[in-house]
Amino acid sequence: MRVRLTFSKTGSLRYIGHLDLHQVWERTARRAGLPLAYTQGFHPGPRLQIACALPLGIAGLAEVVDLWLDLPAEPPLSPQAGAEWQQALQAAAPPGLALLSLAQVDERSPALQTQVAAAEYRLSLPPGITGLDAQVHSLLDAPSLPRERRGKPYDLRPLIFSLERRDESLHMRLSMREGATGRPEEVLRVLGIDPAEARIERTRLVLKDEMD
Amino acid sequence: MLSPDEIDTRLERVLLSVQKPGRYVGGEVNSVRKDWDSAATRMALVFPDLYDLGISNLGIQILYDLVNARPDALAERAYAPWVDMEAQMRAHGIPLYSLESRHPLAAFDLVGFSLPYETLYTNTLNLLDLAGIPLRAAGRDERHPLIIAGGHACFNPEPMHAFMDAFVIGEGEEVLSEILDLLGRAKQRGQGRDDLLLDLARLPGVYVPRFYSAEYHPDGTLARVSPTRADVPAVVVKRMVAQLPPAPVKFIVPNIEAVHNRVAIEIMRGCTRGCRFCQAGMITRPVRERSVAEVVAAAEAAIQSSGFEELALLSLSSSDYTPILELVDAIGAKFAGRHLTVALPSLRIESVSVDLMEKLKGRRSSGFTLAPEAASERMRRIINKYIPDEQILATASEIYRRGWTTLKLYFMIGHPSETLEDVQAIIDLCRRVLAEGRRALGNRVKLHAGVSTFIPKPHTPFQWVAVDTPEQISAKQDLLKQGLRDRSIKLSWTEPQDTLLEAWLSRGDRRMAEVIHAAWRAGAKFDAWGEHFRYDLWLAAFQEQGLDPAFYTHRLRPPAEVFPWDHISDAVRRKFLLADYERSLAGEVRADCRESCYACGILPLFADERRAHPGEYWKCPEVKSPAASAPGGLP
Repeated sequence: MRVRLTFSKTGSLRYIGHLDLHQVWERTARRAGLPLAYTQGFHPGPRLQIACALPLGIAGLAEVVDLWLDLPAEPPLSPQAGAEWQQALQAAAPPGLALLSLAQVDERSPALQTQVAAAEYRLSLPPGITGLDAQVHSLLDAPSLPRERRGKPYDLRPLIFSLERRDESLHMRLSMREGATGRPEEVLRVLGIDPAEARIERTRLVLKDEMD
Repeated sequence: MLSPDEIDTRLERVLLSVQKPGRYVGGEVNSVRKDWDSAATRMALVFPDLYDLGISNLGIQILYDLVNARPDALAERAYAPWVDMEAQMRAHGIPLYSLESRHPLAAFDLVGFSLPYETLYTNTLNLLDLAGIPLRAAGRDERHPLIIAGGHACFNPEPMHAFMDAFVIGEGEEVLSEILDLLGRAKQRGQGRDDLLLDLARLPGVYVPRFYSAEYHPDGTLARVSPTRADVPAVVVKRMVAQLPPAPVKFIVPNIEAVHNRVAIEIMRGCTRGCRFCQAGMITRPVRERSVAEVVAAAEAAIQSSGFEELALLSLSSSDYTPILELVDAIGAKFAGRHLTVALPSLRIESVSVDLMEKLKGRRSSGFTLAPEAASERMRRIINKYIPDEQILATASEIYRRGWTTLKLYFMIGHPSETLEDVQAIIDLCRRVLAEGRRALGNRVKLHAGVSTFIPKPHTPFQWVAVDTPEQISAKQDLLKQGLRDRSIKLSWTEPQDTLLEAWLSRGDRRMAEVIHAAWRAGAKFDAWGEHFRYDLWLAAFQEQGLDPAFYTHRLRPPAEVFPWDHISDAVRRKFLLADYERSLAGEVRADCRESCYACGILPLFADERRAHPGEYWKCPEVKSPAASAPGGLP
């Protein structure tokens, strides 16, 4: 059986990297008594897929992971059993890992990593920034925003699906497809804000079938 | 002093600029955060090495559980920050803090350092400095926490005597509670520090160095270490728990990859083998075995509460655990098919060990490790680890035939009276083992030879022996490197300079404290980490103190020489060690003391404990005599 969980990763768990998070999930499932399925082969590992890596230090408020369990897909997971599992996982999770939802998904649906289309961010800004609205407008009006990453030029503009200022924070939806990932720090740099001064949270991962 | 919130704010600013920030934030499953204000006594447990290593230290885990189980106390942890983090902490004024509540270490009542090995000494000084606590016991007063240390290295506490208020000698489970009781009462009554230290010095198993002084002969050798007052013991005898307390089951689970990611259950403490080089085998006597039921229940509970993927069953000599077959069957039955790796290190070199490992072999099977320690039969008699070549070859052959492609063999060079022929025997044995492997598995077979250098440790029959000179060590290592050049053989060794440092620190007297201090001032830290070890700083520190390093390591000691650790007793008599050393020189082995008691000294000292715990739990003979006639002990 394959189940999809949404979860938040906050607090001191923000400093835990992607590979370590795999291990955190394996151990959390074992503590919760959930029978994770394992891969075959010389180095068997638990079957789980984390939708996409969260950079160190950034809190994720609605991340997604798929777990494969050593259980038949039929009969389907009842809402009650799902709620019980979610509770058991929550009780077994380290501080900073909160379970938000749990649901069965089709075993044959494509790999979770390939299904992510976009990510939404909230950036809390340092006080005293002036003229931001005008900056946001001109950024959105620009036909292209040439940037460079690791020596390679790319256009940031088509990767920005939306950008909006609400009080002291910026909200944005950025592309998150393979080879087309918009980075919130880059958007800040275009706006003339030092990313180290802002607190960044990833508020949502948008899967392909959820795109408007 | 900074508040936890202030430390938190400063940390936020630096964590993203260091490698693996997960080392510095805590938040592990099974870590315990108790209410700071309602704990009367607060203790920081410090492992003065990197988090990645310290997090799996069993000693810290045991004491952490024990202190936190008390309603009147709390224990929190700290480790040595790596150099990048240390630089950030110093630059931003962040003192060493506890992972649980982020209180600065200076805010605790008691700071306990775990010192299982000697190369942690400079880190210990560095951490005290980073905590803003005066390094020297003499420079501390009521405003500062009490600084104590325990662990195997403390069986020679003298090199660190200047920096510690007190040392715990031996097993800490009972005595730490007694220390906390004393401390709690002292706080309540407003007792002064000097008074408290005197109370501590009268606690069995606690050494308070300020109440002792050392005198030297004109030639620099030690005349005596004696108490400076009549009301402290002349000899501090180690503590030993007659019955092992329940094994810890709430293992702290790191959120980042550590060196060991596992539940560790101690199946047995102590060893009856009597290998003459082995300090652990002498200082952890007597042998006490947990029952199979207790081990299995603890393993089950610990895996359940931690979610770890590996279970290690630890002891100094697993094959000697009486119900080992029963244990392996029970563990196999319980954990089969649960994607767990079970490690059972320290097995004897015999085919039964291969059977045992076969039963535990999960899907993630690693190499097989055996420790012959020496390769010539003469040398095996000298070190009292006698195994005939045929038995080693037969066992190796069996291991390869059952499908392990990698065999690790551990040896030591530098044993007493060793010649190049004895070293050549290591090469010959490895070659023969490899040939056995090729016969079984062909060319994919691998052999890993780990060859360390012997250090004559305090409280062993070899404590009178000299360490090889760097030239001798290099000549032996060169021979090994040439003789074991083969694409199927991996050879690893200890650099001679690493060996010398460990030897100085483990054999040093009180004067070594100044050397350690000088080396730390010059920048020595993380001495066990090759890239940070600075041999030149240590030589300069010796010179600065007007001491000759060779004095500590390259002299064969006369039988009567007073050792810096003679006023610290592990209950094994010096007379017994000397007799065993003399037997070694005559090439005589001494059989396992489960077969017959050789009166090492444990039973007379712990007769009451043995009487209170009769039967098979201890592996020493029972004491039947009434308590009153105990002094003098066994014939």
